[in-house]
Parts: sequence; C-alpha cells; structure tokens
Amino acid sequence: MRERTFAPSRLLIYLVVSLIAAAYLAPLVVVVLNSLRTNEEIAQASMIGWPQQWAWSNYARAWSGFCVAETCAGIRPYMLNSALVTIPATIISTLLGAIAGYAVSLWRFRGDNWIYGIVTLGLFLPQQMRLLPWTIVLRDIGLINTLTGLVLIHTIQGLSFTTLFCRNYYVAIPHELIRAARIDGAGFFRIFWRIILPLSAPILIVTVIWQFTHIWNEFLYGVTFTTGQQQPVTAALIALSAAIADIPQHGVQSAAVIIAALPTLLIYLLGGRYFVRGLTAGAVK
Amino acid sequence: MTDIASPATGRPALSGVVGRLPEYLMIWVPLLLSAAHLISFSLWTIWISFTPSTLVPVTGWVGMRNYTAVLASRNWQIAFDNLLLFGSAFVLLSLVTGLMLAILLDQRIRGENVLRSIFLYPLAVSFVVTGTVWSWLLNPGIGIQKLVHDLGWTSFRFDWLVDRDMAIWTIVIAAIWQSSGFAMALFLAGLRSVDADIIKAAQIDGAGPVRTYWRVILPTLWPITITVIVVQLQFAISAFDLVRALTNGGPGIATQLPALVVYDLMFQRSQLGRGAAAAVLMLLILLAVLLPYAAWRYVQRRRATHA
Repeated sequence: MRERTFAPSRLLIYLVVSLIAAAYLAPLVVVVLNSLRTNEEIAQASMIGWPQQWAWSNYARAWSGFCVAETCAGIRPYMLNSALVTIPATIISTLLGAIAGYAVSLWRFRGDNWIYGIVTLGLFLPQQMRLLPWTIVLRDIGLINTLTGLVLIHTIQGLSFTTLFCRNYYVAIPHELIRAARIDGAGFFRIFWRIILPLSAPILIVTVIWQFTHIWNEFLYGVTFTTGQQQPVTAALIALSAAIADIPQHGVQSAAVIIAALPTLLIYLLGGRYFVRGLTAGAVK
Repeated sequence: MTDIASPATGRPALSGVVGRLPEYLMIWVPLLLSAAHLISFSLWTIWISFTPSTLVPVTGWVGMRNYTAVLASRNWQIAFDNLLLFGSAFVLLSLVTGLMLAILLDQRIRGENVLRSIFLYPLAVSFVVTGTVWSWLLNPGIGIQKLVHDLGWTSFRFDWLVDRDMAIWTIVIAAIWQSSGFAMALFLAGLRSVDADIIKAAQIDGAGPVRTYWRVILPTLWPITITVIVVQLQFAISAFDLVRALTNGGPGIATQLPALVVYDLMFQRSQLGRGAAAAVLMLLILLAVLLPYAAWRYVQRRRATHA
C-alpha cells in the first residue's frame, strides 16, 4: 500500500513478524536439537538446549533399534506401514475422484447433483460416526488389522475430497470443448484421457498433496483398526511414548518424531503453493 | 446447468448400455460406495445408539437410555464444558492471531514467502507429532519451566500441563500454534482481493492506515471470518489426535473432550451403545454449527445470483 521506507513503524513490523516467526519455528528447532542430544544430557538439563556432543546415533536407534513392547525394530516397520497405506490410497482415491469429478461436472447424468451432494457430506461427517460400522465391516470381510483395510477406508473416505477438488476445477472447462469432441465420436474415457487429463496437472498435484498429507497424518483409524506390528507410524508414536514413559529416552524419541514428520514436511517444502491451495479449496467448499 | 448429451436421458439401447458398461462402472461404483457408506454408516451408528449393545452390537431397543446415561456422566459433562471453553478460546484467539499475521504480511514486507511458509508449516505435520512435542515443552519437569529454573529463576511456574484447572489451555496453545496459519492464509487472500480503488478513495479522504483497515478493509472480510470460524469449530468439535498426544484427557479427566469420550466408551469400556450415542451427540453439536452456516451460505448465494 505504501512505498518501501524504513520508518520506525516498519522496523516495528519486522520485529513483531520475526518474533512470531521465531515462536512458530521454536518447537521444530527444539526437537531437531534434541534429536541430536544424548538421553542423559536431556535428563540432566531440560528439553531445550544446545547439543554438547552430537548424538547422531539417535537416528539409527530411532530408525531400527529401540523397542516397543517386545519388538525391537525401531520406527522403520511403522514407516513402511504408513507408506504402504498412504501411497496406494492416495493414488487410487485421486484417480477415482478425478473420474467422478469429471463425470459430475462435464458429463452430467441423471441424479448427478444428488449423489455429488451426498458424497460431499463426507467432508463434514465426524469420523466417530463411522468407527463402529467400519469395525464391523472390516471384521466381516476379514480386513481388520490389515493395511489393505486402511487403504480401503482411506480410499472411500478420500473420495469426498478428491471428487470435490476435481469437480470444482473441471466446471471451469468450457463445455464446447467436450461437445466438439463428442461430435468427433470420442467417448467418455477418450475425452478424459485426451482432453481432461492433460489439463488436470495443477488440480491433481493439489489433490495428491492433500490426500498424502491427510492419510499420512491420520491417527484415529490407524489406532482403532490396527494393532501391534500393523500400525501406521502415528499410532506407533503414541504407543512408543507410552511404552518408554518409565525410562524416557527423549533423544531417541525426538529423532523418531522427526523421521515420522519428514515425509509430509518435505512435500510441504516442495509443493507448499499447492498445499495452501488445497487448504483454501477445502475451506471454501 | 446445460445438459450436454447425458447418456441417461435418452434411454440408450441395450447394446449401448453393454458397450458403456466400463464407464458406468467407473462413474457409479466409487460415487455409490462413497454415498452409500456415508448414509448407511450414519444410520447404523444412530441405530446402535438406541440398542443395549455393550461388547458387541446387539438388537433391541432401549429408547433414550444411552443418551441419558452419557449426558448424566461426569465424563461427558466435563468434555462438553471443555469443548465450550476450548472451542471459543481457540477459535477467537486463532482468528485474532491469523488476522494479525495477515495484516502484518500485507505490508509489502521482504521475505513474505518465507514467513508465510513458516506460519503454515505446522499444518503439514500430524497432530500426533505436534501434540507430542508440545507435551515435552509444556511438561514442567523437562520443558520451559525447567529451562527457566536452570537459568536461575527458580520461582518461575509454568505447569499448566499438570494443573487440572489450566490444562485445557495447553491444548488451546498447541491448537493455535498449529492452525492459526490457516486463518492467516484465508485472511491474506481476502486482503489481497480488496478493491484497490476503495483503499485509494479512503486515503484521499485522509484516512490513515489504521483507520483504512478498521473502517474500509476489515468490514469486507466478514464472510471469510465466518468461514474461518466454521472450519475451526469443526476442528475443535472433533479434536482427538492432538489431545490424545498432548494430555490424553488428563490430568485425571480434566482435558476430556467429546471425541475422547466416544473412543473411550467404544473401545476401552466396551459400551458400544453409549459410545454410539456420544458420537451422535457430537454430530448434533456439529450440526448446530453447520446448519446455520449452510443456511447463511444459501442466502448469500441467492443474493449473489439475484444481484
């Protein structure tokens, strides 16, 4: 609004913004530093401090060494579980959502508004309303306590978001484009493949980032439908802090927390713009 | 709504239907699965809430008994009171923080992109991670209080995490830290879309920056404000992960919230009927927020199309 000057008021703005930014970064900095301090050092001082000796071994132990209950395999198997749930569920829900969004926005069929309206209710319905039915259904089809079961849940539940994102993006595509292609004899899939998909890169990136972040970070379903070795990393972190509450190992725990947060943080750093677009698109339904 | 050549309007011949089977399957199966599970699972949970189910779901009818039992329980009453306090404090403070950050970033400052990334990164991290980290920072034995003690100020007290009366505020702190960036992002987008001419007109009229914001710019943000409030309330009502990692409802049941009560009843006390009733109560609280919002949105849209 104004010219860039260095009046005292601007200095004050920079000061305030920097202080708040420091407060936002502080927890991350504290955990990163802790992940490099020995457990003894943290126990003697506090969680907040500069490493006296760099304990890189914390990461090795967090990754594959420490014990939860009777298993001493570190966080690695749970990271693998999370990846095996998140990646397929993200890909499948995004693809199906793109096709569904394309169908309801450009291909119109009887009852499309109704079914789209119901599907988007999934954005609002609390997870708690679905916990018991999912438990029963998963048990009946033999998928309770399996990664496949979690993939199924996240795919079906994710459809509400992916369909909404894609539909809202595709409604802006001119109908004449589709009409012309139809006159040329192109069918549903051909138009999708040849016309829609090449236009979809931005919304697919937004959707993939959104789905990946949400499924990776999800906790309630993970802790409800899986136990022990089948748990995703969020549930395992809680189990870990409960398991070693008697003899805290804050250095190793900090390293585990960093490792667990790393995939979504990296995606945020690489695709922050698309992440924010997903946030606002999800809000302005 | 132009209906361009919908395959359903013209009742295609059987051969056409068979030829189009793949596309019908691809359109309908995912959408139907999604819609059907949403409706049937909701009805299913509502039904269970009226049955005497405990360890396993059973048929039977107990009327409102599960609801009266949940509503009369100390657990739920504390959870509900906490939700009122947590919900209003969190929403209000994250609105204020988000708006302040948005206004500060709107001053054409250097490094805006970096700052925006810093304020938003907590949203990319799971609540389990942030809850765990805050539980360390706020733990008086190892966190901020210990640090200040070690620095020499031994009478310093910051032990809300273990204080029954103040523990709920630790959740407010962590929740604001994690999600006020969301409010900032929406407000910043709103500030950037304010018509430059209005601002110029106000400045020509001699309004200073504070007055311009207060009288001209902020009033245009109220639709965004309502959206932010609704989204944040939605988060507050179903908050689970963060509390589970930060306080786990404790000390005692001082930071109990509805979502924790539901989980506790369903999977720890094996009171499926009561757990389902608590879940339905959560849904009702949510509807009390969402239905007025939906009505407001509807009116807004009608006005926009008529204007």
